[in-house]
Amino acid sequence: MKVLVAVKRVIDYNVKVRVKPDQSGVDLDNVKMAMNPFCEIAVEEAVRLKEKGLASEVIVVSIGTAASQEQIRTALALGADRGLLIETDEEVQPLDAAKLLKAVVEQEQPGLVILGKQSIDSDNNQTGQMLAALTGMGQATFASAVEVTDDRVQVTREVDGGLMTLSLKLPAVITTDLRLNEPRYASLPNIMKAKKKPVAVTTADELGLALSPRLKTLKVEAPEPRKAGIKVADVAALVDKLKNEAKVI
Amino acid sequence: MTILVLAEHDNNTLNQASLSVIAAARAIGGDIDVLVAGENCSAVADAAAAADGVTRVLLADSPLYGHFLSENLALLLSRTGHAYSHILAAAGTTGKDVLPRVAALLDTAQISDIIRVEDADTFVRPIYAGNALATVRSDDPVKVITVRPTAFDPVSAEGGSAAIEALPAAEDAGLSAFVSAQNAESDRPDLASADIVISGGRGMQNGENFQLLENVADILGAAIGASRAAVDAGFVPNDMQVGQTGKIVAPQLYIAVGISGAIQHLAGMSDSKVIVAINKDEEAPIFQVADYGLVADLFDAVPALENALRDAV
Amino acid sequence: MQADSEEPETMEFDVLIVGGGPAGLSAACRLKQLAAAAGEELSVCVVEKGSEIGAHILAGTVFEPSALAALFPDWQERGAPLQTPVSRDEILLLRDSETASRLPNLLVPKNMHNHGNYVISLGNLCRWLAEQAEALGVEIYPGFTAARTIIEDACVKGVLTGEMGVARDGSHKPGYVPAMALRAPYTLFTEGCRGHLGKQLIAQFKLDEGRDPQHYGIGIKELWDIDPALHEPGLVVHTTGWPLNENDATGGGFLYHAQNNQVYVGLITDLSYSNPHLSPFDEFQRLKHHPRISRYLAGGKRVAYGARALSKGGFNALPKMSFPGGLLLGCDAGTLNSSKIKGSHTAMASGMLGAEAVFEALGNGLKGAEISDFAQRFQASALYRELYAERNFGPAMHKFGNYIGGAIAFFEQNILRGSLPFTLHDRLADHASLKPAAECSRIDYPKPDNRLSFDRLSSVFLSNTNHSEDQPVHLRLSDPQLPITVNLPIYDEPAQRYCPAGVYEVTAADDGSGKQLQINAQNCVHCKTCDIKDPSQNITWVTPEGGDGPNYPNM
Repeated sequence: MKVLVAVKRVIDYNVKVRVKPDQSGVDLDNVKMAMNPFCEIAVEEAVRLKEKGLASEVIVVSIGTAASQEQIRTALALGADRGLLIETDEEVQPLDAAKLLKAVVEQEQPGLVILGKQSIDSDNNQTGQMLAALTGMGQATFASAVEVTDDRVQVTREVDGGLMTLSLKLPAVITTDLRLNEPRYASLPNIMKAKKKPVAVTTADELGLALSPRLKTLKVEAPEPRKAGIKVADVAALVDKLKNEAKVI
Repeated sequence: MTILVLAEHDNNTLNQASLSVIAAARAIGGDIDVLVAGENCSAVADAAAAADGVTRVLLADSPLYGHFLSENLALLLSRTGHAYSHILAAAGTTGKDVLPRVAALLDTAQISDIIRVEDADTFVRPIYAGNALATVRSDDPVKVITVRPTAFDPVSAEGGSAAIEALPAAEDAGLSAFVSAQNAESDRPDLASADIVISGGRGMQNGENFQLLENVADILGAAIGASRAAVDAGFVPNDMQVGQTGKIVAPQLYIAVGISGAIQHLAGMSDSKVIVAINKDEEAPIFQVADYGLVADLFDAVPALENALRDAV
Repeated sequence: MQADSEEPETMEFDVLIVGGGPAGLSAACRLKQLAAAAGEELSVCVVEKGSEIGAHILAGTVFEPSALAALFPDWQERGAPLQTPVSRDEILLLRDSETASRLPNLLVPKNMHNHGNYVISLGNLCRWLAEQAEALGVEIYPGFTAARTIIEDACVKGVLTGEMGVARDGSHKPGYVPAMALRAPYTLFTEGCRGHLGKQLIAQFKLDEGRDPQHYGIGIKELWDIDPALHEPGLVVHTTGWPLNENDATGGGFLYHAQNNQVYVGLITDLSYSNPHLSPFDEFQRLKHHPRISRYLAGGKRVAYGARALSKGGFNALPKMSFPGGLLLGCDAGTLNSSKIKGSHTAMASGMLGAEAVFEALGNGLKGAEISDFAQRFQASALYRELYAERNFGPAMHKFGNYIGGAIAFFEQNILRGSLPFTLHDRLADHASLKPAAECSRIDYPKPDNRLSFDRLSSVFLSNTNHSEDQPVHLRLSDPQLPITVNLPIYDEPAQRYCPAGVYEVTAADDGSGKQLQINAQNCVHCKTCDIKDPSQNITWVTPEGGDGPNYPNM
């Protein structure tokens, strides 16, 4: 069984984002970029499946500028076998990403596709579900445990208020939540080996698709800072406010 | 223009979040249909019909929807939803699971986690974990949207008298099966998703004193958090940390006790709907973001709060 | 802990370079250029503790392109990020918090003229240098620390990388990755100021024998978006005097107008200050309120913050740079020209010199024997002439203060052109310069207004600093009690104030009992000031997990 993992290049989670003064977006010049943390968990899960003998090959795909090769190399250093970059300089929205990934799924015929539940830049939380819909696969989002048996996969999902376990027919789409695993470190020898692993580059055009972003971002602003409220005199006044004014208890 | 709202529920009760989604639908404007899909869930349909501002309730009562499997729900929604101008759901785990699938089946974009309605086509949503707000416009004929419930004051649960119509089930997608569900074990909700969080900082002085917060949390059904200073001082384990390097929380109510309010902590909780600060240092920066500040010694105030809440809640 | 005796996995290179800053990357590029010209294979590896090249780079920077032009004569065609030529130079003597006088051009020391220089982000220059290096075939590994040197038979053989996945208590977490041995006949140490391996090498090989103690400054810097109407690309403002002179400290401020309506503003405080109540961080916050500075910042928004120590002892403090198996280069040795307050081009030049020396040694079949002619090679270089000419600047400033010291330096550099027949020495190390707190006046710093001035934690927030929580504290105390038993009573534990990142706090119970030093290691921006200034020399900075620390953009 092949496992396909999609990874995205995003601003590093340690970096504070700065909204550009012209409100056109967020400043990405010379800012540290990294693999989306949820995608890293997806790669780790796929590599563990391979190490358990449940997967034959781990293919990692990314969509983005040529610089996304870096994140593919990182995934290869973590244990993926080969990479594919769908290169574009344009904005890729989730529906387009899902369509491009569908084309890759048709080429590669993976038994399982693993994605991060969302990217920490656009916070959409859509691509995995959309890919599942377009390919007619079942989906298990927010996975915290994955168990593959012959032709099914059992996934425990983190849902509001607890956990829910599903059984899906393979092939299927899984999106990862934080607690699924803790990704390993890429070791120096593995980073070196990753440089020799194959990475193919294609385009939307070559996959027979044209990007058509549907949403237009009109502006991006920094959120208004919170303002100080009032001081209350004592606990009784506080409870009164919470109960009768804010209505939160 | 008619808007379809997917109700979130557990087959018995309508989730409060759905009332906030109905409020978002009212902000868009137009008739509002609520889809209640579940199994033996007529009580939920009744509750939805009573909610203020609902035009019509569609009830799809079938074993296919008992566990809210996204493949089946998405089929039902995509079949029903193409006639609507907007399809809305709460940005909880059900809405986030199902709606993108619906959007893809309808070949439409989804707008996730909106916090403001500018007009029927234009919405504001947080990106970069709330560090930026994007205003986005969709020209798709059907707009599929998830709504952040805390950003919209819920409509009244009473006052409506919408008609309830049965909606036949769609076919079984046959892709997934429910195995089991496990509710969160303790009475203590998960920190990241709790409605109320009470956190302690270095002012707590030691780990044992967190018992004071536990007592309050027991009454409120709150989760317990901590600032990094409290974690670094060894009072409590790291998984309780709220902040830049810990968990990001956005509950309805956040009570910060003995927390000075360094920006690293604020980064993890400033999206909370209501913030309460209890600190004896009236210059503490936490008061600059608190809706209600109480300048007091926490060792007096927290037990007093416990007693007052016991009477009030 | 698992046994350390297990033989670590080993990788071998021809040349290993520790630190991907201007010195290390220039050395790497030069080595590959020389190898290519000679038609030889040469493996060159650079390890860098930052999460990427540039992540830990912090400097002014008004950049003098001479060394860059020597390394890449076609740097302009290659798109080196030198976008903002200096358009105008100002030196301001700040008399107090309100007034200033501008030093007439005629009196500006020759070395402070910046015509032909550029306002740059040194981090971005390093990112560009790394691209050039990789294109030349250099292997660059960011996110890997050089934790220890490998020394066998009194010869440096390489370094051990830091382990990954060690818990705070020293136990191994799941995913633990052991140290790796990176070995090479020659290792170039280019860690920047007060490199933790460089410090050990200086001690072990007595490289500072007969030299003055190294002297340091702490540079604190911010990047601001300012009102476009107030922006004058290429304007370079240096200040001296206030606020440091109020407390008998020396140093200087700067305000550089870069591109995109952004300015760099900063203050270098010489770490030779004597009042333990002094806080370089708060001095900098005060500086921004001076009308000559605030006029540009008003209405602007702070974008980034960082701090880094600099080696400014100059020629008199420069240690021997060679030892068996390697060289100590750039600010790791102390090649900064302190009269120009510029270390980037001299670091690059020293890296290139080192590369040439090592390439020649390898060509001569040497496999790690000390490059004993490096001193001559260095003395024959333009770099040496530059450093020698300014050798009295730092000591004069320190001994006589900014005004008279500046006059000596001015006289020497403009009239005598560096040929003063005597050399001033400054033999008091910075950690020894503090007076007991009781002998010094307390300093009441104003509260930040959160428009121009800020507190430490909200500043560190803008340095994008992160350290994984569960790891050993990387600021090691030789004696854990000493901060409370010695430093607190005598010096009011100055770490609380000299650290620009709020790493050190003395905590106590409400009644004042139970005092202890809380080390918030996650905040550390790797500036090394604690390692330098602790009066008891009780703090040793060691490498945290690779990739941790600040993530400076455009700094």
